[in-house]
Parts: sequence; C-alpha cells; structure tokens
Amino acid sequence: MSNKYSHIHLGHGSGGLMTRELLDEIIFKTFSNPFLDKKHDGAILDIAGPLAMSTDSFVVSPIFFKGGNIGELAVHGTVNDVAMCGAIPLYLSLSFIVEEGLPVPQFREIVDSVKRTADTCEVQIVTGDTKVVEKGKGDKIFINTTGIGTVHPRARISANRIQEGDKIILNGFLAQHGMAIMSQREGLEFESDIVSDTTYLHFLVRELLDAFGEKIHLFRDPTRGGLASVLSEIATDIGKGVVLYEKALPVEKQVAAACEILGLDPLYVANEGVLVVIADASVEAEVLDLMRRNPKGEHAVTVGSFTTEHPSKVVMHSSIGGKRVVSPLLGEQLPRIC
Amino acid sequence: MKYLKEYRDLKPTRDYLKLIEKTVTKPWNIMEICGGQTHSLVRNGILELLPENVRMIHGPGCPVCVTPLNLIDKAVELLQKGVILCSFGDMVRVPGSRLSLQEAKANGGDLRILYSPLEAVKIARENPDKEVVFFAVGFETTAPANALSVLHAQKEGLTNYSILVSHVLVPPAMRGILDDEFCNIDAFLGAGHVCAIMGTEEYPPLAKEYNIPIVITGFEPLDLVEGIYMAVKQLEEGRCEVENQYARVVRREGNTEARKVIHTLFEIGDRAWRGIGVIPNSGYIIREEYKAYDAEVKFGMHSIQAPENPKCIAGEILKGIKKPHQCSEFGKTCTPASPLGAPMVSSEGACAAYYHYSDNLISS
Repeated sequence: MSNKYSHIHLGHGSGGLMTRELLDEIIFKTFSNPFLDKKHDGAILDIAGPLAMSTDSFVVSPIFFKGGNIGELAVHGTVNDVAMCGAIPLYLSLSFIVEEGLPVPQFREIVDSVKRTADTCEVQIVTGDTKVVEKGKGDKIFINTTGIGTVHPRARISANRIQEGDKIILNGFLAQHGMAIMSQREGLEFESDIVSDTTYLHFLVRELLDAFGEKIHLFRDPTRGGLASVLSEIATDIGKGVVLYEKALPVEKQVAAACEILGLDPLYVANEGVLVVIADASVEAEVLDLMRRNPKGEHAVTVGSFTTEHPSKVVMHSSIGGKRVVSPLLGEQLPRIC
Repeated sequence: MKYLKEYRDLKPTRDYLKLIEKTVTKPWNIMEICGGQTHSLVRNGILELLPENVRMIHGPGCPVCVTPLNLIDKAVELLQKGVILCSFGDMVRVPGSRLSLQEAKANGGDLRILYSPLEAVKIARENPDKEVVFFAVGFETTAPANALSVLHAQKEGLTNYSILVSHVLVPPAMRGILDDEFCNIDAFLGAGHVCAIMGTEEYPPLAKEYNIPIVITGFEPLDLVEGIYMAVKQLEEGRCEVENQYARVVRREGNTEARKVIHTLFEIGDRAWRGIGVIPNSGYIIREEYKAYDAEVKFGMHSIQAPENPKCIAGEILKGIKKPHQCSEFGKTCTPASPLGAPMVSSEGACAAYYHYSDNLISS
C-alpha cells in the first residue's frame, strides 16, 4: 500500500478493503503478537488482580518534536499513569484518529515509534482502532491509549496516607517537555537545544515499591498544568499544606532562560518524564539514594514537604526568603507581553 | 544563568533590606511603575520583607490592564469579520464588553498567539487572500517591534497587513498620577525596560517639577530592593533626583535605533487608558503617511464605544489610590476565572498578582 498511497485517505477509515490493507501492512505487521494476530474485535487477557487501568488521549502539536513524537508520548503517558497507581503496566490498547492527508511515511514513523517504545516498556499492544476524519476536522493525528497492569503487592498508594512531614521528591528536571513543544510552536519558535523529557517511569516505580512498599504514600506524574497544579490539587484534596523551596527546584539553565524570556513559570509547564514521589520522611535519604542510582532518577532531589500549617495551600519559600502562595493553573499559561 | 542567579541571591538582598530598615525613619509611599516590578515584588515575597514604614503602591504599568475596553471589542469584531488576528498571549483572556478574544476564538475566530509581531508579517505573506491584523498594545517597550512590523510589511509591499494600536507612554501617566487630587506618592521606581528603549532624559523635568525622587529600577529581587533603598535614601536626605539603579541595561540616550523606528511610524497623541480615561499626549498614534496600516482606519472602527463594569475600581487601583484587597469584589465576584476588570487578568495586573501570590491569602 505504501506504493499505492502517499497520504492517508478517507477510505482508509471506511472499514472496507482500504482499511484492511492499512491495518495489514502497517498495524498488524508491526505489532504482531498472539493477541492481535487473532484479528478479533478485542483481546482476552488472563491476569490476576488487583489491576490498575488508565486511559489518555494525545493531541500534541507538533506531532514530531525535539526528543520524541506523539507515538512515543502515547505509550509513555499511559504506562506512567498506570505506574502512578503503584502498578506495573502489561497491556495497552491503541486507537488512532487520523486526519485525511497525513503522509503515510509519517504515519509509519509514528507506528514504528509506538512499537519501539512499547517494547522498551515491556508492554504489548493487544487491541486497537483506526479512524480517518476529513481534512480540517482533526490535527494530523490523535492517539488514545488505555493501559492495564497489576498492582504491586506492597503498594499502598493513596493521597489519604500523606502525613505531616512527608517529603516531596522529584526524579529530575522540570518543564522540559512543555518548553520543547513551545520552542517549535508556530509563532513562538525560538532556537534552543531543549528536548522533551518524555520517558517511562514504571521500572523506577517498581524498584521504589520493592524497596520501600507502604512507606511510599503517593506517586504523581505532573504532566499538563505542571508541578504547581498537581501539588495544589493534592493539598486541596487532603486539607494539608505544602511547603516548596524555590532554591531546590531543578530547572535546567536553557529551560529557565526560555521560561524567563516568554514570561512562563516552570512550575506550571508540562512534563512527560517527571516523577513526584511523596514518601515518609524516615526513608527520604534512602529513596533519594535509590533514585539516583536509576537512570530515570539521576537528578533526584527533595523539593518540599507536607505540613499542617496553611491547610490546602501550597506556599513557596522564594530564594530571597520571601513567601508566596502557589495557585493551580487557570486555563492555558500564556506568554507575557513584555 | 548569567544575570539571573546573581540577582536572586539571599545574602545581598538581605543586606539591602537591612540598609532600608536602618535608613528609614518615617512612613513613605513608593510607587513601582511597571507591572513586571509588581509581579516580581509579590512573586518573590518582597512586600512582607520590607519594614512597615515603606509602603509599595502598585502603578499603572501593565499593558493589558490599561488597554481600553472598546479596543478589545474592536479586536473581537475583527475576528468576527474573518480577519486573522494576531496577539500577545496575555491579551487573549481579558474580557471585552461581550467577549474576550479567547471566547471569540472558540466561536470560530482565527486568533494566533505570537511572541513577535514580525511573525504576523510572515502570516500576512503566507495568506495573501486574508487580512492580517496585529493587536499592537503595550508601552514604549513593545512599540519598536510593532513599528518595525509595519515597516517590513511596507517594504515587502504587503497590503493585507495592519495593526490595531493601543500604545501608551509612561511619563504622561506619571504626570497624570501626580496631578490626581488623591495622590499620596512620595517616590517612583521608574520602569527599567521602558527606559532601556527611551533613555532617561524625560525624567529630570518630572522630578524637578513635582519634587519627587525617581529611581529607574530593574525587575529582579536584588534590583528592586536596591531601587527601594535608593528611593528611601533620597527621601530621608530630602533629595529629589533621577537615579539609575538599572545601569547594566539602561543608558541615558536609550536605544537610539529603536527610538528611530518608533518615530518613523508613530507620533504622540491623546490616548484612552482603561480605568483612567483619556490622558492628553499619552500615547502613540500612527502617522498620516502610514494610515493604510492602521486597522481602525482600514476597517472603519473608530466609533465603537463600550461601558466599563461599574463595580470595577481598576482606575483607583491603577493610580495607586486603592489596593486590590480594598475592593469589595476582590476574590468574590472578581477572580482570575471570571474577572470584572483587566487588572485581575494579566499576570502583571496588581489584582491578579495579589490573588495568586499574596501573603494575605496564606493566612485566610
């Protein structure tokens, strides 16, 4: 079919012969496994519970960006969401909504990327769907993935288990993904070497649970809305306060500079490979030590803690010794005028 | 990062705070002109670190806040007419009398958020069958790039590009504030970035005429505490001079190239300020020979008028007569999610800065 069509046509989503061709030559060939090879309407899975399940849709623009593409993101995003439940992801569903006119080589590249990423993450694509919409009714390609995984036997992940004094630990630098995307967005382009941090976090999560079990109270993956939004959400939900230290926040030089120029706060910028670990204070040093020995946690650092003072509020201690409230993101973060 | 870390350091900042405390003997009201300075004061928690006798009053220097309501309505109308409207990011959420730009976009308008007006010229070049308008708001800081976009369009012979202008100037606003009968300001922190473009020559006559110290100040925490210290020192010593704290950026003559570009396209004229009203000779208007690039002329939009929400006290906030939390609507009917007036929208607006960061909210 690659010789016959240079672009995706509406017919590729018709359910007829063209669809079959597209699926056979790109999807089934790439992802071949015992579940998919049955070419059935769904997959029959034989796994023991408790199970965790999560779904996410990916609409990023541009679809290819520095450090990854929408396909890679679609696997990492859902794998990480399942991992945040304290579970090890095993299977994914994969649905494409393709806009008519997408070049077939780009579609192939995305599919290949999904495959490579799924292999690295040790998850299998067991069911899926492909639809095509008219030109102008989509934005090149949208992907939905749903993931399912088994909960780690020692995981007791719940925001309600957070105690006063619990430490907030990050695995690495903030705001990389959002700024990589921003640097390539039409109208805002700027030259930089900032690359997205898109990556998988479940192996690190597994190691942490193997070692510390119930001492880990919560995992979060601060994607859209950034760290600020995730922490304010938790603080509001459990009625405890959060203290953050500006000096401790890991932001790479180039990212800090780009945020400064555009008037954006890295605390609100999206991440795709940041893990927030909320752990009992008694294991802080060991957690940091374990994380720093894992390639996904090399730059692990404690950025704050939970308190019973100022309930439901996140308060940042600035580098010069002042304080301010960190509120959740409202709408989109917009570049400032000057 | 060079010039960031050094100016956000605990030790020197604390040293200046101690100096301020040592120097001050009576209460002083100091107005920081620029919204960027307000933002930095609140964001870094500087207000609560200052001695009680030093009271910061937040000035009108937020471009989003002072852009008149009827201009937002005009921009919305352009979107509804099918024009590609290009804007800086933080203008898009400001409520017009019916819709904000963001809402007009959701209703099908073609709104593009840009960082540079030169991108808008590129869009005009790529869409020859469409009209492209850049929403040219701001103080002297954004005027050079906005003017340059028109000069580029002219050079390329593009006839489908124009700008919707609301450019205002800092010195007339300072004069307006000082002339107000309720004015209680003892000193100004001058707007560093405006002076980077325009230089400092406009300020000595103001300092002399009104007997008021003016310290041209930067935006980092260390800049601000040093600027405040310099202002307090002048006040305590009874001096009324123009001093330049931001000398690493601001030269006496400013940026002469940028000024040349501004004066090619613009001349000084009357401008309306949201919440304040018309201030004579307080802004830039497009020169006669460039009127073809003036969106208001091109689309015949001069007559659109819009009443402000009567509950919003933006004018008193912008003139420093009232603080945001002294407004009865603050945080109640007026929040960033549903703002009554512009100062609650922009991150540089005093109301939004208080709402998001203020210590008042820590204890509430």
